[in-house]
Amino acid sequence: MVSQKITDSFGEGTCSCNCESKRANKICTVPFNGTKEQEEQLIKVIQELKDDKGALMPVMQKAQEIYGYLPIEVQTIIANEMNIPLEKVYGVATFYSQFALNPKGKYKISVCLGTACYVKGSGEIYDKLQELLGIEGGGCTPDGKFSLEACRCIGACGLAPVITVNDDVYGRLTADDVADILKKYE
Amino acid sequence: MYRSHVLVCGGTGCTSSGSQQIMDTLQAEIDKAGLKEEVCVVQTGCHGLCALGPIMIVYPEATFYSMVKNEDIAEIVNEHLLKGRIVKRLVYSETVTEEGIKSLNETDFYKKQHRIALRNCGVINPEDIDEYIGTRGYEALGKVLTEMTPDDVINTLLAAGLRGRGGAGFPTGRKWQLAKDLVKEGKKYVCCNADEGDPGAFMDRSVLEGDPHVVLEAMAIAGYAIGADQGYIYVRAEYPIAVDRLQIAINQAREYGLLGKNIFGTDFSFDIELRLGAGAFVCGEETALMTSIEGKRGEPRPRPPFPAEKGLFERPTILNNVETYANVPQIILNGPEWFASMGTEKSKGTKVFALGGKIKNTGLVEVPMGTTLREVVEEIGGGIPNGKKFKAAQTGGPSGGCIPAEHFDIPIDYDNLLAIGSMMGSGGLIVMDEDNCMVDIAKFFLDFTVDESCGKCTPCRIGTKRMYEMLDKITKGQGTLEDLDKLEELCYFIKENSLCGLGQTAPNPVLSTLKYFRDEYVAHVVDKKCPAGVCKDLLSFSIDPDKCKGCTLCSRVCPAGAISGTVKNPHVIDTNKCLKCGACIEKCKFGAISKK
Repeated sequence: MVSQKITDSFGEGTCSCNCESKRANKICTVPFNGTKEQEEQLIKVIQELKDDKGALMPVMQKAQEIYGYLPIEVQTIIANEMNIPLEKVYGVATFYSQFALNPKGKYKISVCLGTACYVKGSGEIYDKLQELLGIEGGGCTPDGKFSLEACRCIGACGLAPVITVNDDVYGRLTADDVADILKKYE
Repeated sequence: MYRSHVLVCGGTGCTSSGSQQIMDTLQAEIDKAGLKEEVCVVQTGCHGLCALGPIMIVYPEATFYSMVKNEDIAEIVNEHLLKGRIVKRLVYSETVTEEGIKSLNETDFYKKQHRIALRNCGVINPEDIDEYIGTRGYEALGKVLTEMTPDDVINTLLAAGLRGRGGAGFPTGRKWQLAKDLVKEGKKYVCCNADEGDPGAFMDRSVLEGDPHVVLEAMAIAGYAIGADQGYIYVRAEYPIAVDRLQIAINQAREYGLLGKNIFGTDFSFDIELRLGAGAFVCGEETALMTSIEGKRGEPRPRPPFPAEKGLFERPTILNNVETYANVPQIILNGPEWFASMGTEKSKGTKVFALGGKIKNTGLVEVPMGTTLREVVEEIGGGIPNGKKFKAAQTGGPSGGCIPAEHFDIPIDYDNLLAIGSMMGSGGLIVMDEDNCMVDIAKFFLDFTVDESCGKCTPCRIGTKRMYEMLDKITKGQGTLEDLDKLEELCYFIKENSLCGLGQTAPNPVLSTLKYFRDEYVAHVVDKKCPAGVCKDLLSFSIDPDKCKGCTLCSRVCPAGAISGTVKNPHVIDTNKCLKCGACIEKCKFGAISKK
């Protein structure tokens, strides 16, 4: 219910002025299936941090650790428990790129598009992955296996160009290496 | 007492190439060889030479093993540690001479470096406070609290001439003085900007990972100088190792009474909390960072009032970046004259640069201010690999500009870089060669700023997007000469009218490339060509019939079926079908295919 309302207020599609509405696309379409235990864990975290100054972001970071992403249902719990308007929580969730409104794939692939990697050809690697996985950056394969995103510098510039699959780092790549890496996770 | 210490780099670069596993194997092999009581394995921070990772140094000989593989460990343990025979095959080749193995400090990469901020990186175990104390750690804090007044501290920094290492170069002492004097009473805050967002810059991360206590010590000194009892470190969540080590360091410092109540038995109390960023580049801007610590959307706000008067939670606040703090304890211990003796007239001390891109020795270097770009790129960096020609160096990340070869001999300091249309920034230095298209690079940075613009002010939100569209048009061969003029006009408009540093500097990559590489823009617009062969829409692929042997490999790999020909006869590309993917070029063994 709530999620529908927010999508409507922004409208569909992307506004050409580079404003927030492009992030409306981030609204989750996968049904929420959080458990009672997760909710109890989250409420406990909120009780612990609530009185710290500026606690909202640390709470949201913990919530993302618990659920893996921040669907509107989780944002609503945070808003209610912390006595903060939901629009504020939503505003923070959409502002920072690390807060995900969609669940990630089992294997999360990040392609570093930092400058050092870019000048060494990470753009081609990103293209190749989109082609092989059949998804665009920011998306997830229909079977929930792989999600793909571009990331900013992870600081492994000495190994450029670099991609990460969950916690595994692959460096000094060319577009030809990509297929073999994906095979490891098939 | 150990007879040998083996230092294994645990920085992000080496960890990414597997140093953790190497440490585990090393410890196991040492145990197996019965050397547990004699050899100590230490995990350190970054040594700087990330291109050669994983790195391992054996003391007391200071033997530098580079690109160590798991299967090499047994040999190193059995030959070197057990029998004292250095495994020459695995030693960094620069250190091997005819007379034997020379010291690392005599290699080209380290010879010209002068390490102040990186002093302990790669030398001590960052997770052990005793090792930091063993290198005169927390001595500066002790001296400040027991022998100096807050004004003494500030005057020392002013005399040293330390300027902010985050990019803009504001005098640090002056910043502290304002925060001390503008508001005398009440709560104040000391913040550390560890939200190193410039792509290609990783010096702050290396300090946090390699020497976290230096930041804590300097923040406590700052707290004493301005009258604050609370500090916040705002660190990128993308740096998990740094976050862990900072938290360990904070816990240890609290345990030792170096943070908390009545430090060194004085009236001074100070504590530090960590706050994690969540991936917003704009949070590197000071007011945005403070808004983010407050738990809100990290949008900047207009200044004045400046943070020294009204910052975090509306209270006086100072914010310095990691590298700036890393210099402070050394200045207190060695005196301002020592610090001011290095560098140029207006930029004192040293600067850490993260060398990346098309350069042989990628990694971290710390050189005195005033070192020339040529020295950094050619001597320390080892030049451009594969015999390619240097085209430009990019400094200052998305806020900086591209420096062409004609300015290769300029001494690097804050003012010189500004004068040639770039800026120091946090110290990322990306080298580009003839294969990089400068229009494409400008577009790359604009893509970044469009994505990272917070959207609060119109010039930045809409202006950067329009700039990106114009650049996109140019790289697709649809630009006109009039577009170039419009683009330039828009650049100046955005510079003058944006609210914060992000927008005010966003046009720099475009302006500097327009200034130094205008011919490349003109080639895209007038000739519809990309001289570097990067912009796909402007390329056309063709096969040289004299070189083609008719092996058919290219026609087999072409995903579009655009290449035709029979065995042993020259092949032809149908440019209408060609997707310009480049698969044929990669496969051709005779160099017969070219893109223009």
